[in-house]
Amino acid sequence: MFGAACLGLLVVMAVALVRAFAGPSVYDRILAVNMFGTKTVLFIAVYGFFTGRPDFLDIALVYTLINFVGVVAVLRFVEKMIDPKDPSPATENRKEQA
Amino acid sequence: MTLIIDGLTAIFLALGVFLAFTGALGTLRFPDLYTRLHASSITDTLASFMILFGLMLQAGLTLISVKLLLIFLFLWYTSPASSHALIRAAYLNRLPARLIRRPNKETPPSKP
Amino acid sequence: MLGATAVAIIRLRSLFAVVMLSGIYSLLSASIFVALDAVDVAFTEAAVGAGISTMLLLGTLVLTGHYENEPAHKPLIPLVVVIVTGAVLIWGTLDMPHFGQPDNPIQQHVAPRYIEDSPREVGVPNMVTSVLASYRGYDTFGETTVVFTALVGVLALLGVRQGKTPVQPYNHPDQPPRPVLQVMSKLLMPYILLFALYVQFHGDFGPGGGFQAGVIFASGVILYTLTFGLDDAYAMIHPRILSPLAALGVMLYGATGVAGMLLGSNFLDYSVLAHDPVHGQHYGILLIEFGVGLTVACVMIMIFYAFMSRGEKLG
Repeated sequence: MFGAACLGLLVVMAVALVRAFAGPSVYDRILAVNMFGTKTVLFIAVYGFFTGRPDFLDIALVYTLINFVGVVAVLRFVEKMIDPKDPSPATENRKEQA
Repeated sequence: MTLIIDGLTAIFLALGVFLAFTGALGTLRFPDLYTRLHASSITDTLASFMILFGLMLQAGLTLISVKLLLIFLFLWYTSPASSHALIRAAYLNRLPARLIRRPNKETPPSKP
Repeated sequence: MLGATAVAIIRLRSLFAVVMLSGIYSLLSASIFVALDAVDVAFTEAAVGAGISTMLLLGTLVLTGHYENEPAHKPLIPLVVVIVTGAVLIWGTLDMPHFGQPDNPIQQHVAPRYIEDSPREVGVPNMVTSVLASYRGYDTFGETTVVFTALVGVLALLGVRQGKTPVQPYNHPDQPPRPVLQVMSKLLMPYILLFALYVQFHGDFGPGGGFQAGVIFASGVILYTLTFGLDDAYAMIHPRILSPLAALGVMLYGATGVAGMLLGSNFLDYSVLAHDPVHGQHYGILLIEFGVGLTVACVMIMIFYAFMSRGEKLG
């Protein structure tokens, strides 16, 4: 049961990874990273039950907090770096626009 | 009794993984960021709650359950907030939305 | 998945995306550490790799540029060299003993000594802590000093703004207020700090310790700085207080070692700190872990302040 849930979460993580690779804009990548982080939290929790050692929950707890701080930090820096009048870095398609 | 609990856990885990998978599929398939966020916020909230609740049923009334509850609470706080921050930053930086219908020459707006 | 992430990191030109992917990379490697039962390492990777290093890399990006330059020449010859070296290395590993066999050299000399004697000599349930803080105390002292030296380097290069900004950041028209995030971080911050203290003092029993606790504490403060701006963060913890505290952490570690020397034993041997050697070890580990946590937290916050104040100066 837990093993199957672990496998399912791994598949979800892989799909999020594809979005992170492909993501046309910065925000898509941030979205994928956020989703990936949440899924990692769940994966670690379920994996702890799978191996019968639920001490791993501390790590999952750390991830939950760190992930949030990380996303806020990333967004702050993105806001700072991208000029509102010229949002060209947001789309990352530098060559197509040039 | 353990059979009931195991069955409930299995149901919750299956539901959670299913929701997570559909959400991930949504982030892959949807056309722009604003629609993708709908899909991803499902995986962040409801799917996580399902899975954590299933695990809590397994753990019973122990410290592990308390920790799971803490993860649950933190996720409940943080994931909507980070979704909000993300979409706010994208909107303020004028990331174009694909689904807004703009009046142009090929497809004139239909008359009311 | 790890390999795919690495390849994508190399291929992408946008440094932003690279930073994002390196965050994913460290999340993945932490999952692998969990699967390999190396809980403490996974903990550190979670706190440092996914959190702090991503933030610091982004801070660097703000100060420099967003794009990597196109390479000027085709990297064919280096590729061949790297492939040959890798093949030779793999060929070399064929002679090594198989993974996880009980008669390997690594399982013969030091590891049994730690595993068998640690409960009797140190008496800390989490063996990683006892190895890290007691048997390998010199190494950990060196690492703490390295962290402190990094702070000195960053301060020498960037510097930290001491006074107030002329323009309040959130009155600035380009930066609208962020009420939701401010309320959220106010709600979350006490729990983050509390959790950091739990990790700090629970390190003897479960995964955790000074490094991880320091980083988590720092990320709590960084969250506050990000949402409220540098001025409000200075009102909470001013760099004038932080830099002596960072030095104090290293000195606490060193002083614990010297105290062992003064009481008639070796440097960093805590057995003499109390009447009972095991209790002495407990006190010693507690003290040095506190020193490590203090240093790491202060250094991380200071480095982050330095990046933020330099970023403000630029624009």
